[in-house]
Amino acid sequence: MSAGWNAVSMPTPATDAALSISNLHAYYGESHILHGVSLEVAKGELITLLGRNGAGRTTTLKAILGLTGKRTGSIKINGTEAIGLASHKIARLGIGYCPEERGIFSSLSCEENLLLLPKVGAGLAANKGLSVDELYAMFPNLKERRTSQGTRLSGGEQQMLAMARILRTGADILLLDEITEGLAPVIVQTLGRVIRELKVKGFTIIMVEQNFRFAAPLADRHYVMEHGEIAAVVEKHELAAKTEMLHEFLGV
Amino acid sequence: MTEIFGVPIQSLMGQLMIGLVNGSFYAMLSLGLAVIFGMLNVVNFAHGAFYMMGAFFSWLLLKHFEVNYWWSLLLAPLGVATVGVVVEKTMLRWLYQLDHLYGLLLTFGLALIIEGFFRDQYGVSGQPYDLPDIFKGAFDLGFMMLPKYRAWVIVACLSVCLATWFVIERTRLGSYLRAGTENPKLVQAFGINVPLMVTLTYAFGVGLAGLAGVLAAPVYQVNPLMGSNIIIVVFAVVVIGGMGSILGAVVTGLALGLIEGLTKVFYPEASATVVFIIMAIVLLIRPAGLFGREK
Repeated sequence: MSAGWNAVSMPTPATDAALSISNLHAYYGESHILHGVSLEVAKGELITLLGRNGAGRTTTLKAILGLTGKRTGSIKINGTEAIGLASHKIARLGIGYCPEERGIFSSLSCEENLLLLPKVGAGLAANKGLSVDELYAMFPNLKERRTSQGTRLSGGEQQMLAMARILRTGADILLLDEITEGLAPVIVQTLGRVIRELKVKGFTIIMVEQNFRFAAPLADRHYVMEHGEIAAVVEKHELAAKTEMLHEFLGV
Repeated sequence: MTEIFGVPIQSLMGQLMIGLVNGSFYAMLSLGLAVIFGMLNVVNFAHGAFYMMGAFFSWLLLKHFEVNYWWSLLLAPLGVATVGVVVEKTMLRWLYQLDHLYGLLLTFGLALIIEGFFRDQYGVSGQPYDLPDIFKGAFDLGFMMLPKYRAWVIVACLSVCLATWFVIERTRLGSYLRAGTENPKLVQAFGINVPLMVTLTYAFGVGLAGLAGVLAAPVYQVNPLMGSNIIIVVFAVVVIGGMGSILGAVVTGLALGLIEGLTKVFYPEASATVVFIIMAIVLLIRPAGLFGREK
């Protein structure tokens, strides 16, 4: 096999994509929820999935992790095809997941919740997670409440905990589902600061967000979903020009 | 001679001791059931059969391979756990998506098959398992004689229960288990191999039953029916303690053993039914069980 042949047939490496989804279909039992979703997120980018309730945003996050029923299409995570993998193996490719319902375990203390998640990501990446001390510095409340039962924490504290625990694991791709939902403005501000800090640190972030004012200044790109499809893509610099269209899609 | 309510203290103590031994077995068996139910949502009706299997393994090991009691304590539960792994991986695994009832039916059928197999091979008359020499004789406590082997059974069962409780409530492995009991899908999405954990949990639960069987072999006779005799009471224990509660299973098991013993002294006619009477009362007052959480 000649070097020339090799050079021609080698696929061009995806441009540093952390997450590359193409033609993703997902089902819950018999119902077909996602109808060919495609999106690509480069390392270090922050994107949002916008849309009305039921548009398929949460399902997209769940489908990435293999938490839906049947899935077809392609999901490449840090270069590895994940469509056929079991959900724990997908997580180990370097994904941290913050579910909409926060998923704090009531039979675990705050600190046990924080320490529950195993290290993920390949090789050195797994050691890159933030230390418990760094996390307590970032979220001082959690330190005070560390022996409390997980679900005795306030909503804001639970949200901090749900964020903090995925930062410990070394995951470099964060899937954040409605992290500002139902929280006081001051806590939303704290979360905004944390997200900005994470972006500087090079995390790749996919946010499902209802609070457009929270998401707009943070995101590099917005994907608008409708009926389980990507209906529009809006780059950061197009925001001003396309505000009207966005409002129409989001029904605000 | 001292008496309490007209009962000589020695016979009272004797029955309490037997009650405590029975209670230790109830505790260990219901603990395994509780752990399995918590993680798999399966009511393991084959639990009694695995207990019987443990006793038979240790009897067979002694008879055919001259493996002594101490090695049996290790090998027989491992053997039972291995059977558990096969059962979970080849059969139970397919039922998690379905209603609880299917797991119950499957394990009930398994229990009948396992029991039938041993009945066919070894008949229904019990096989004696000789006590190791070290356990022959009794301690004289002054007010009563305490057979050495009974003392050992109580100590061993309680230690195993305590160790299990400690691992589940106080260690990292246990935190996986507790979290997995609450929300297995999410735990798996965090990168923990939940299917493996489920297999090992089942293996551990039935291994505990096997261990109880080994401990029981010298006390009761090794008999294919020994499992179905005890398991009905153990299910009552689990219902009274509350499905899925570790501590509840252990405490209730011991308490009911003692209550049974006491009933034998004061009103022998009711000793076989007292557990079920208590179960009925508890179900009326606290349907989730004494230690269970209402859902």
